Amino acid sequence: MEASPVISPFVIFFASIFTSNMILSNFLGMCSYISVSNEYKTASGLGKAVTLVMIFTTAANYAAYRFFILPLGLDYLRFIIFILIIAASVQIIELVMDRYFQELHLKLGIFLPLITVNCAILGISLFMIIRNYNFLQSMLFSAGSGLGWWLAISVLAAIREKMAKTRLPKGLEGPGITFIITGIMALAFIGFSGIFSIQ
Amino acid sequence: MEVLKTIISISVMASLLALLVVIADKLLNNYGECSIDINKGSRILKVQGGTTLLSALSLQKIFIPSACGGKATCGLCKVRIIDGGGVILPTEEPYLTAEEVKNGMRLSCQVKVKRDIKISIPEELFSIRQFKTKVARITQMTHDIKEFELVLPDSETITFKAGQYIQVLSKPYDKIKEPVSRAYSIASVPSMEGKLEIIVRQVPGGICTSYMHQYLKVGDELTLSGPYGDFYLRETGKELVMIAGGSGLAPIKSIVLDVIERNLDRQMTFFFGAVTMKDLYYVDYFRDLERKYGNFRYVPALSKPAPEEAWDGEIGLITNVVEQHVKDANDKGAYLCGSPGMINACINVLKKNGFTDDMIYFDKF
Repeated sequence: MEASPVISPFVIFFASIFTSNMILSNFLGMCSYISVSNEYKTASGLGKAVTLVMIFTTAANYAAYRFFILPLGLDYLRFIIFILIIAASVQIIELVMDRYFQELHLKLGIFLPLITVNCAILGISLFMIIRNYNFLQSMLFSAGSGLGWWLAISVLAAIREKMAKTRLPKGLEGPGITFIITGIMALAFIGFSGIFSIQ
Repeated sequence: MEVLKTIISISVMASLLALLVVIADKLLNNYGECSIDINKGSRILKVQGGTTLLSALSLQKIFIPSACGGKATCGLCKVRIIDGGGVILPTEEPYLTAEEVKNGMRLSCQVKVKRDIKISIPEELFSIRQFKTKVARITQMTHDIKEFELVLPDSETITFKAGQYIQVLSKPYDKIKEPVSRAYSIASVPSMEGKLEIIVRQVPGGICTSYMHQYLKVGDELTLSGPYGDFYLRETGKELVMIAGGSGLAPIKSIVLDVIERNLDRQMTFFFGAVTMKDLYYVDYFRDLERKYGNFRYVPALSKPAPEEAWDGEIGLITNVVEQHVKDANDKGAYLCGSPGMINACINVLKKNGFTDDMIYFDKF
């Protein structure tokens, strides 16, 4: 680890949007990705919410890791502490949404609390530690991953909206065709991998 | 040592986060005082924000009719919101027509008061109140009709027009888990103090009527709200033609007693339709009134009197009997209360004899 040169935060930012997209190359956060991608507006709303939660929780988790977990040697507790922080953040974000963005809050409904257990979010915090990112790198990593997640779910929702009236073989309706579209999207995103890579 | 450190670290972390959530809740879930402007400033209420419009109004003693108690399942609590209601929620959509959406109708049990809000409700809702009454008497009137005398709490009075109805809130019983709210006309005269009477026919399988008939006992508490309805004595038309069947006798009895008590100079004819003699009730009572007051006439009619019954009154469908007695519509007003089938048939007969829509008032149930 120490030997490897420090990767530019901006490379991390763009790589996490395109080449190392959380959904399309790491397959994290699939649950809400599949279930909330019927309608572009809602999907885009959820994408924004995930991005927001990611940035917020990464900052909080970074601080907790540097100033609490590392100094006290509590590395073995990082999972539980990260999850606690994520849960509290989601709760606070939910309160903010209920007050200021009521329509979005109602549209997201049950999915907002589900962000708490969206593995993409815990994934970011764990990757940032495994890959030994500094603060700037972590923040751009989380922002990029959030935007990448938003991009992926928005594109999928747009495709599904276009396909809403298509006649599909019965067995492929719903999640079936969604997985196939996701696979094709992942192939398309692999096309970016020659540009930059972070893994 | 290690164990202690772990426990303390986790506890400190969790408490800090809990504290943060509590602070956020206090700051964000607190909407302060909001005002509800009703009917363009005719009343302005100050309420604590954050609750639903329905409960905010009922705390201020304004009762919007609601049967499900705020769960968005009955769709009765519609209110017109002019400003400040926010967007229509997915829970409301099934209950609102495109027309209602355009007019700003909303379910008041779903709209939360989060800022100053302007609404419009019918004026008569202002006089609606909720009462916790006590059942003082239950009288079996016929095989399937009972009369209930309900005593209002001390010093409370209900002000209503003869003919209006109240809504009874049933309690859960047996397999019925939800309270339901049903409308019953008031049978007693408005001047009766501290109590009122309602007449309830047992509807086979009816949730509220079964509760009233089989579970409610003398001395029980019964919650009701009212008065509601636009079926009441009007000033137009000097002569009253009143037609009722079954428990539809209730509002007519109230109107008749009201006219007599207030010494109004109105001619009254009351047609009561039933099948056999065992469906008749209050016969002696009305015959007595007929003898005492010259301007009241009582015409009970049986459609199929049993052979063993010694019936000396009118025989035939109520429509035929009405047609024989009411030849013209001159200066008359018709008041009908009963089943939709009976009312529609009677309205047809009345219209044939010259009655127009503005001379006919009815309460279908």
